[in-house]
Amino acid sequence: MKITQISIFLENRKGRLSEVIDVLGNSSINVRALTVAETENFGVLRMVVDNPTKAIETLKDNGFVANTTDVIAVEVADEPGALASLLKVIDAGGLNVEYMYGFVERKVDRAMMIFRFDDTHKAADILAASGVKVVGESDIENI
Amino acid sequence: MEINYWNKDVETASREDIQAIQLSRLREVVDFALKTDHYKRLLPKAGINSSSDIQTLDDLKKIPFTMKDDLRQNYPTGLLALEFKDVVRMHSSSGTTGIPTVIYLSKDDLDSWTNLVARSIVATGGSSDDIFQNMMSYGLFTGGLGLHYGAERVGMMVIPIGGGNTGKQIQMMKDFQTTSLHITPSYLLHIHSKLAQSGVSLEELNLKRAFIGAEPHSEETRQKLEELFGIKCFNSYGLSEMNGPGVAFECEYRDGMHIWEDGFIPEIIDPETGEVLPDGELGELVLTNLTRKAMPILRYRTRDLAYLYDGVCRCGRQHRRLSRIKGRTDDMMIINGVNVFPSQIEEVIMRIPEVGTNYQIYLTKKGAIDQLTVKVELYSKIFSGEASQLDQIKKRIKEELRASIFIHPQVQLHEPGYLPVFEGKAIRVVDQRDQM
Repeated sequence: MKITQISIFLENRKGRLSEVIDVLGNSSINVRALTVAETENFGVLRMVVDNPTKAIETLKDNGFVANTTDVIAVEVADEPGALASLLKVIDAGGLNVEYMYGFVERKVDRAMMIFRFDDTHKAADILAASGVKVVGESDIENI
Repeated sequence: MEINYWNKDVETASREDIQAIQLSRLREVVDFALKTDHYKRLLPKAGINSSSDIQTLDDLKKIPFTMKDDLRQNYPTGLLALEFKDVVRMHSSSGTTGIPTVIYLSKDDLDSWTNLVARSIVATGGSSDDIFQNMMSYGLFTGGLGLHYGAERVGMMVIPIGGGNTGKQIQMMKDFQTTSLHITPSYLLHIHSKLAQSGVSLEELNLKRAFIGAEPHSEETRQKLEELFGIKCFNSYGLSEMNGPGVAFECEYRDGMHIWEDGFIPEIIDPETGEVLPDGELGELVLTNLTRKAMPILRYRTRDLAYLYDGVCRCGRQHRRLSRIKGRTDDMMIINGVNVFPSQIEEVIMRIPEVGTNYQIYLTKKGAIDQLTVKVELYSKIFSGEASQLDQIKKRIKEELRASIFIHPQVQLHEPGYLPVFEGKAIRVVDQRDQM
């Protein structure tokens, strides 16, 4: 079960990040998780939102260079050692993580990790078979 | 392919006939030149007191070169051969870099110029069936008015919109089903990037051809434009000192620009020594205007680098062809001792589909070392979402540039629309080395 991540190409310019967030906010899109990969003069902003279809449309309409990437969201307990045991499952399954980032949901004491694997389908199968809770689009929307 | 001519006799004349026309017109124009303050001073010193001192075309070599600076020093009337009452038009440079240069045309001069432009348009396949949208600026600049009157003479419906206002340009192209454009390559690229936003699709337009000129550009740029729009792009060459557009133009075969040799004598010289070079060798283009009487200009050093080549074109015209302008003698950059033309960098950028069509070259200094930074815009549709893809694009541009110009450049990727857009001549090079 994969979810859609939004990736946005941003050049290193003052105020550019807040422009993205403003545009999404004005369209009532809720950002669930986000991270920035940066190099000297540009960055790629990666985010998980409640309505990716609307988000990508809004961004393109406003002249942003954006695309979608398949990622996998996994629920882990918000307690010591939980992430470590998840990573063991990933290792054992021979999966390659290209990057990952996470966020915590305070209300329910759990954390969500976003993973980009080199092989999304294989990763989804292995994680599900190992009893890890893989989160779908509708769960993200309803957080 | 059926070939259309505007003036078939002259266009398909033999080399001997063309040279006979050139000699008789050169003699005539020398007599007019001797009426101007400038040439009255200069020509007798070179042994030319009247047209009888010009016996063969080879005698042209006796005439000293005319430089841009001569035009400035003779501002406003030092090169005028007629009285103002016989002049019907003047054009002028903006003068932003000093004293402006001014050009005068009599009624006959204007007629000769307009005929050369009409001939150029017909050579591209243009006819009275065409709708012509002229996106060059009107006014003191010769580009707009030159093509305007030529297109009218051919019988095209002319839309004299001038430069800028992209939204309106696109709307008119659609509403009037424009077939032909006169435009700078950089502005045509810009229009393409704005089409999607304007809600007008290429299918709703009726474009067939574009006359592109006024700034140097590479063959890769032309091909990119032709692919993007599905049209033919014809290179156009002209300069206000030689009237304006209509000096040289590509025919339907688009294999070099025919330089209209009944209107001009072209020479290619070594810019250092002034020696005249044979056909096929790259050097500075020197032009003599053979028809303008109000303001004769002989052996004008254009500072444009190109070469001439002979041979009958498939279109049947024997007027020699002028290569693409490779650069200007004054826009060559010297980077850490290496000579580089902006056109070499443009060629590389246009070969890389992942980047857009706008670019800028920055020159800075780090200590004693020159630094070259090339700024390009990412082509939005190719972005996969992966940062690694962007690193690879940067790396590829760096490597291809290094292979082509032997300089290790910095490459910066920008979002589309970030780099400045130019509706007239594009400013591609920003040299900040003397400020450091």
